[in-house]
Amino acid sequence: MKRYSAFAIAKEALNNHQGWKRAWAKAQPKRKYDVIVVGAGGHGLATAYYLGKNFGIRNVAILEKGWLGGGNTGRNTTIIRSNYLQDPSAAIYEKARSLYETMSQDLNYNVMFSPRGVMMLAQTEHEVRGYKRTAAANAFQGVETEFIGPARVKELCPIMNIEGPRYPVLGALWQPRGGTARHDAVAWGYARACSAMGMDIIQKCEVTGVRSEGGRVVGVDTTKGAIDCDKLAMVVAGHCSHLAEMAGFRLPVESVALQALVSEPIKPCMDVVVMANTVHGYMSQSDKGEMVIGGGTDAFNNYTQRGSFHHIEETVRALVETFPMISRLKMLRQWGGIVDVTGDRSPILSKTPIEGIFVNCGWGTGGFKAIPGSGWGMAELIAKGHSPLTDEFGLNRFTEGRFIDESVAAGVAH
Amino acid sequence: MLILTCPYCGVTGEETEFAAGGEAHLKRFGPGSSDAEFESYLFARKNEKGVTFERWRHANGCGKWFHAARCTVTLEVFGTYKAQVTEPPKEILAAIRKRRPGWEPAA
Ligand SMILES: Cc1cc2nc3c(=O)[nH]c(=O)nc-3n(C[C@H](O)[C@H](O)[C@H](O)COP(=O)(O)OP(=O)(O)OC[C@H]3O[C@@H](n4cnc5c(N)ncnc54)[C@H](O)[C@@H]3O)c2cc1C
Ligand SMILES: [Zn+2]
Repeated sequence: MKRYSAFAIAKEALNNHQGWKRAWAKAQPKRKYDVIVVGAGGHGLATAYYLGKNFGIRNVAILEKGWLGGGNTGRNTTIIRSNYLQDPSAAIYEKARSLYETMSQDLNYNVMFSPRGVMMLAQTEHEVRGYKRTAAANAFQGVETEFIGPARVKELCPIMNIEGPRYPVLGALWQPRGGTARHDAVAWGYARACSAMGMDIIQKCEVTGVRSEGGRVVGVDTTKGAIDCDKLAMVVAGHCSHLAEMAGFRLPVESVALQALVSEPIKPCMDVVVMANTVHGYMSQSDKGEMVIGGGTDAFNNYTQRGSFHHIEETVRALVETFPMISRLKMLRQWGGIVDVTGDRSPILSKTPIEGIFVNCGWGTGGFKAIPGSGWGMAELIAKGHSPLTDEFGLNRFTEGRFIDESVAAGVAH
Repeated sequence: MLILTCPYCGVTGEETEFAAGGEAHLKRFGPGSSDAEFESYLFARKNEKGVTFERWRHANGCGKWFHAARCTVTLEVFGTYKAQVTEPPKEILAAIRKRRPGWEPAA
């Protein structure tokens, strides 16, 4: 792998930039791998990366039915925060957030992590109490957050109307080191590093069947033929139930559409991320100047990557109340992703009823922020059979009624 | 935007008139069942990629619960039927097979 640097840019400039190599190699499947990861989204690629980097497991293939990063990883609104309520959540999300701090250096790939600060608005008394509780929990967990009053909210984000009328801003949960990152770059950076370790990233290769013998996985069938493996990691977000069905078990997950939209680019007007959970909308400004907006999920199961129009309408209506200046902005693009939602709104990183099959799913509306922490924990789970980051997120929590309830804390999708 | 017809009052409306209620025809397990049965009843979902049967309520209308047969890949609605059944009626299965030759319900 050729290192990216200022020196390399200067050197290539002499050559009219004709000398840059592909970031990752094209690969054809081998007959057998130690580990096959299904799904080249952020979580699949990060899982493979840490298998190689932390555990020296490099005979790994990452199979992707479409193109790398074309699932939810390339469709999300890129909010990164770790201000969750429950201890196991804080542990994995804060691990992820802290890895984002040095990711560009670690991967030698600019992921444009921008810890510009994230605020979650409290617009009802109930939310004020809820966020004060979360701020207290975060203090014990070592996650830096703070409950701030309306005057400070206005100071941090002057374009906001904090007076109401329907939902005045009563304060906010503020995480100063939360922010955003370039979603594609996260996938590309991990892919480049995986390829450099000798792993095979195989695109346009859909897994169509899972083969097991005597309760142990032996391989997968794909559109590029059968491939054997010792261990299999299913990391396919909205398609996890479909993959699990191929292997003969069910998951406590439902797949629904979540949408986002961006406006035409405008001059810098907002340098924090704002989430308004009561009115279901969140917004940040990209480096290109577009306002990046997300809202709520559809209530019914869906695999189409298209959501219902009325959600966009509701989201935009709410945000225009909160940010009057966006009322005349044109919206440029709108899209949807299929997100994998669990009952307690927490992910599943787990062994499964089939020996050798591991599943990483259930990140639902908010897994972009978790990519490095999830990959770190998942790699350890696959290599060693358990990990302090993932142990609480096993499938057995549903049998035992031991939920990691983030449904209140994460009232909105992001 | 889904368009559904309420099998009780006969009104055809957009999805905003209805409330989605999740997987249909779940078999209820209560006290006396095994842990696995109880867990599966509460949490495990088919989440089909394709034909699905689900519950809906005519929330902004007559208020009644009913069932719909729908495809999660095309959003095509094959039909709706009343709530007082434990499995999809023959006409609904026929309507699905007409559009999806060879389709068989999942076990
Ligand atoms: C509109 C929207 C906004 C969001 N906003 C945020 C946000 O602001 N912050 C945040 O933290 N999270 C957000 N999320 C959630 C976040 O995007 C996801 O949780 C995360 O990207 C999931 O990553 P993944 O790698 O698990 O899945 P994906 O990126 O979806 O990757 C799974 C891959 O598996 C592949 N696949 C599926 N089936 C097969 C098969 N049979 N064979 C081979 N490959 C297969 C798919 O093609 C896909 O590329 C948002 C999501 C959406 C849709
Ligand atoms: Zn009705």
